[in-house]
Amino acid sequence: MAKHVVGKAEDVGPGMRKVFEVRGRPIVVFNVGGDYFALLNRCPHQSAELSMGLISGIATADEPGHVQCSRRGEFIRCPWHGWEFDIRTGQSWCDPGRISVKQYPVSIAAGAELVEGPYKAETFPVSVEDSYLVVDL
Amino acid sequence: MLHNPTSVIDCDIHPAVPGNDALIPYMDEYWQDQFISRAIGEMDLASYPPSVPLSCRPDWRQDGEKPGVSLDRCREQALDKFNCEIAICNPLYGGQVAASGLMGAEVCTATNKWLAREWLDAEPRLRGSIVVGSQLPDRAAEEIHRCASDKRFVQVLLLAGNEMLLGRSHYWPIYEAAQKHGLPVGIHAGTMYRYPTSGGMGWPSTYLQDYASGTHIFAAQLQSLIMEGVFAKFPGLTFVMIEAGISWVPSFIWKSKKDWHGTRGEVPWVKRSPAVEIRDRVRFTIQPFDTSKDPVHVEKLIEHLGSEDMLLFSSDYPHWQFDGDDPMPPGFPARLRHKIAQENPLRTYPRLMETV
Amino acid sequence: MNDTIARPKQSVRSTSSVGIADCDIHPELKDRYGLHPYLSKRWRGHLDQYGELGFDVFSDNITYNGSTFNALRRDAVPPNGGPPGSDLPFMRKQHLDPNNVVFGVLQPMVALGNGGRNLDLSNALASAINDWQIAQFVEPEDRLRASVVVVPDDVVAAVAEIEKRAFDARFVQVEIFTGTTEPLGHRRYRPILEAAAHHGFPIGMHIGGRVGGRTASGWPSYYCESHIDLTFAAQTQIMSLILDGVFDQLPSLKVIVVECGCAWSIELGHRLDMLWRRMGSEVPALKHPPSHYLRQNIYFSTQPMEEPDPPEELNYLFDKIGWDRLLYASDYPHWDFDDPRYAFKARISEEHKAMLFRENAKKVYRIL
Repeated sequence: MAKHVVGKAEDVGPGMRKVFEVRGRPIVVFNVGGDYFALLNRCPHQSAELSMGLISGIATADEPGHVQCSRRGEFIRCPWHGWEFDIRTGQSWCDPGRISVKQYPVSIAAGAELVEGPYKAETFPVSVEDSYLVVDL
Repeated sequence: MLHNPTSVIDCDIHPAVPGNDALIPYMDEYWQDQFISRAIGEMDLASYPPSVPLSCRPDWRQDGEKPGVSLDRCREQALDKFNCEIAICNPLYGGQVAASGLMGAEVCTATNKWLAREWLDAEPRLRGSIVVGSQLPDRAAEEIHRCASDKRFVQVLLLAGNEMLLGRSHYWPIYEAAQKHGLPVGIHAGTMYRYPTSGGMGWPSTYLQDYASGTHIFAAQLQSLIMEGVFAKFPGLTFVMIEAGISWVPSFIWKSKKDWHGTRGEVPWVKRSPAVEIRDRVRFTIQPFDTSKDPVHVEKLIEHLGSEDMLLFSSDYPHWQFDGDDPMPPGFPARLRHKIAQENPLRTYPRLMETV
Repeated sequence: MNDTIARPKQSVRSTSSVGIADCDIHPELKDRYGLHPYLSKRWRGHLDQYGELGFDVFSDNITYNGSTFNALRRDAVPPNGGPPGSDLPFMRKQHLDPNNVVFGVLQPMVALGNGGRNLDLSNALASAINDWQIAQFVEPEDRLRASVVVVPDDVVAAVAEIEKRAFDARFVQVEIFTGTTEPLGHRRYRPILEAAAHHGFPIGMHIGGRVGGRTASGWPSYYCESHIDLTFAAQTQIMSLILDGVFDQLPSLKVIVVECGCAWSIELGHRLDMLWRRMGSEVPALKHPPSHYLRQNIYFSTQPMEEPDPPEELNYLFDKIGWDRLLYASDYPHWDFDDPRYAFKARISEEHKAMLFRENAKKVYRIL
């Protein structure tokens, strides 16, 4: 595992998602209310690009017809077959134990730290005053 | 356990109501008058005309006699021959399909009274299903409450094809009553013929296709029961699919499960995969065993069903589903015989244990 | 339009190529006026005022709304606007090129397809759909082929439409949706099937037509029910085609069941054979056990892919159906799209892959 600086934190605003390529792998980074999460940008079912899906909450019900919606903005629905994945964990809602998207640790680093290293694969200039997304892969 | 380890519980036999004359004595004064003054004709189901080959095995047929009317012949041809310790009676007569819900309810009530008196009183090996119509769910619930005190009634019996899909909340009073008394809900092949057996594509030209299409109704009912939330609302209820066939079930389970992965937001009260719900909550009688006779394929079918708890032994007497003396299908694995003939039925029908 | 048109220059590449045949691609209209150039003024005005007069419960929307808009892939919206499936350059870029589709069959599901209640309007629409497919998709893209859309309820017009397109090699099948007014084996439809057989067109029997998933026990409430209930229509049609004697009369007729699944067909064959052994006397003209015709005349598109548990069972199922019966389909750009690389969750031999991705399609659509 190595740490990869993929872009500026401000490029992925709250409620947004952005795709980066890290070591040839498509990674989608989500910003959920200021927390960042990185998932492989492929649905485990048939490899659709999850980044093209709808960000949503989750509908639950204890009783037929009595539905609650919660955790708005914390789920991504596959653009093809509609499977729901928890952005925070990569787990599917329908079968969390068996079906999940690969998740990668992502952190925020200040530009000042990055200038010192030991980070890899910066292909863009880093400035000391900005914050950056760092994905472990 | 039963007294004899090799005996069987037959979960589907069909004593036949001889005709309206047999039921009229069990009706109230008003309906007696209605049936007599209007000379209302016989009410055998269009799904099972007594004359079609399927309605009675050729060697069980008696000239001039409606199949299934004789208790003596039932003893000789089925109960003794199959080594039944218990057999569950599912009378199929017109109450469940009558256009008038009130008439239907009265015919169902009379059928239940007739069954108790003429068959259950006369033969201790027999148990009954509480036949109810879906036309008036509150009346059906009343009938369930009335019959439930007689412990020989072990399930509620509905017909597969109705005016609406059975998951609709319109029908929930029936399920509430069944759950209250610990009775499984049996859904038997056959239809009210409110719609073509094809669904939306018009009427098929043959009885053969009508009967073959029964699997579509069962699949639609299962999907309806799950997606409308009946399993969620009535956690104590078991459904038994009777004479539904079995071979269509695995591919249905796979499809239902796959679709649910993507569409479950529409029905969020369905918390478990349909595959899990069906294996946990639904049972199937084994006749007709509508698959290959090849034992390898039969093993595959059972493996694909994903649970050996789902199958219940049945003969479907006197319907013509098999030949010979053993309703156990050709190629059916010996290791499961005892399980489907005794263990599964005893678990499915709690009242059988009370009366064994 | 010229009736006799030479076969397109580029034919399907040989088996050594990795190209695939996709027997279910849905072209879409750019907007509600997409067919206007192919309709007379009389019908343009009629449509503008009265609409299509179909069978749905809403005036301008389907009865069972899917998980996504019009049950379309969310990532298939063309960047230049218009609905998924309406932009040929984007279809090339998103599907034909990356998946190396060298032969794609268009199955239009636009403007009522097989017809609504006004038969004159339906006939005009069917003919317009056929012209539109050629002009907008097949003419500019020779990897694509068209379906002859007909109105089965108007047999005379349907036969005429088939005759009109029969010598145009850009049409490869007659498209009939599963939801017909009566089962397809019924006598009233026979001339259509005769015309198709006569001209060597397979019938592409795609799921859909009329309304949603009506069942023999009433209407489902939810899309997740309707989506399953719809598939039974294919079984109804297969049973009717067999039992009403179509294949005895037209042994060369091929019917491709599209988007209805296929695993169920194994057991449908067993069930029909079982009943035929008891009640063959009802259909004494039938020459063979019903399952015979399943193996002889019926083909299945693979999408939506069966996902048995465990996935490796796919090989067992396809063995039983017959590998020669199976045709890969993507259903692009619909939501239940199958990706040719990932849809098959079992290890499939190269020989079998060649059959279901190419060879079977070549034979069924006569493209060699």
